[in-house]
Amino acid sequence: MSFLSIQDIHHTYFTKSTAKTALASISMDIEEGSFISLLGPSGCGKTTLLSIIAGLFNPTQGLITLEGQPVQDVNKHMIGYMLQQDYLFPWKTIEENVTLGLKIQKKNDPKLFSDALSLLAEVGLQGTEKQYPKQLSGGMRQRAALARTLAVNPKVLLLDEPFSALDYQTKLKLEDLVSETLKSFNKTAVLVTHDIGEAIAMSDRIYLFSANPGRIFKVFDMNEELRNMTPFAARNHPSFPTLFQSIWKELESLEYDRQ
Amino acid sequence: MNTTGNSIQKLHEQYNDSLKKEKRWVRFYQIIIFIVFFTGWETASRMEWIDPLVFSSPTDIGTLFLEKVKDGSIFSHLGVTVFETILGFILGTLCGTVLAAVLWWSPILSKILDPYLVILNAMPKVALGPILIVALGPSFTSIVAMGAIISIIITTIVVYTSFREVDPNYLKVLQTFGASRTQSFKEAVLPASFPTIISTLKVNVGLSWVGVIVGEFLVSSKGLGYMIIYGFQVFNFTLVLLSLLIIAVFATIMYQLVELLERKLIKNS
Repeated sequence: MSFLSIQDIHHTYFTKSTAKTALASISMDIEEGSFISLLGPSGCGKTTLLSIIAGLFNPTQGLITLEGQPVQDVNKHMIGYMLQQDYLFPWKTIEENVTLGLKIQKKNDPKLFSDALSLLAEVGLQGTEKQYPKQLSGGMRQRAALARTLAVNPKVLLLDEPFSALDYQTKLKLEDLVSETLKSFNKTAVLVTHDIGEAIAMSDRIYLFSANPGRIFKVFDMNEELRNMTPFAARNHPSFPTLFQSIWKELESLEYDRQ
Repeated sequence: MNTTGNSIQKLHEQYNDSLKKEKRWVRFYQIIIFIVFFTGWETASRMEWIDPLVFSSPTDIGTLFLEKVKDGSIFSHLGVTVFETILGFILGTLCGTVLAAVLWWSPILSKILDPYLVILNAMPKVALGPILIVALGPSFTSIVAMGAIISIIITTIVVYTSFREVDPNYLKVLQTFGASRTQSFKEAVLPASFPTIISTLKVNVGLSWVGVIVGEFLVSSKGLGYMIIYGFQVFNFTLVLLSLLIIAVFATIMYQLVELLERKLIKNS
């Protein structure tokens, strides 16, 4: 059995007058240390799947296991979640924000605290410990959010379009930083994005979703060379435009089908 | 480079001067209004354009004030009322916030209690006065209860609404760390709602004064509300107006204190 295994997930949202199926027959196996992306048009249930993996709610049907254990039973701290915006708490200092997870999980070991603070240095934010989030730029805040997520030492990182609110330059830099940090800690990551370039540059494998209901439409494996490159270098690799074109075409055909 | 630097500095000084000038004018007119109001009142009363028996006059009020200061009776009245108001204000805000927390805690309970909150909020709380007096005795306790009860329900409704409007993504962050509901409340919901709680404090300052003064109308033998009702009964309107002015001054002071607290508490968000 693989590290993170998603088995035949179905999910339906109910309201008084509608029952909308967001996900149908989703299965995937994710190896430890790999980086995968979920790509697709809006409304294809990518974020729903991420929330289910995070154990935020249960799927209507299906099972997700992490190291053989159902995610609902797994300790929460094994999974880290990064949102579209940083959602740093504005009334806490950066230091308090980064150690928030430790505080919630009542881990009072001073070594864990100093590790969390050294993560700040690792993402290039040394010296900001006593500052408040509003004193930092958007990119710095998202980096602090990354440190906050990593501080509890999760085994899997779920990234829900974490770069979408940033300007292009900051986004490219942060892609490199996230990719390198995850590699150095050998973390498994699942990225939700609608940016084809970002998906190619960062991942080992891309799952392309179709919408209504969300299904896996196609799987793309990146070649060995692209995988081992930083995202920025991958964007300049000769095979990048070809991959981009083929994924673009698939996405187009999906849009066409919908019309 | 240097010359532009100088000219910018000059422009900045001019800008600051214009700001100061505006401030001076505002202050000037504020003082003018104050003087016109009180001299107008005094003259109108002396010339008997208005009935001096009913509207008194600033000098009469001033004389009475000095008299009351001399025999010290004003301080005990003032002390009682201010104490009751502060206590009623704190109790009202605290109980209201705690009730809001309970409602946030249990969404089902909040759905069940919803119509009752609406009814309680719509009802004029001062109408409960006679019942309070019979239930709690014609004493200090029922006056404080009046001061508190008048602000509890509205505080609950406003604070509960703000609890519910906290960005769910903050809660999501905490949930992914495995936070319990208590932890979520302590780390996100409560601090995010501080600005709303402070602004209800401002409203409650006014409400508590209403509650306490009405309470004193009904039962008390001490306090500013008692001075008003006593002045009314013996037709001493100088006493009534004196109490009113003192209430205005102290209500303002309490309001300013709350604003000070506001600046201290929410400087970071």
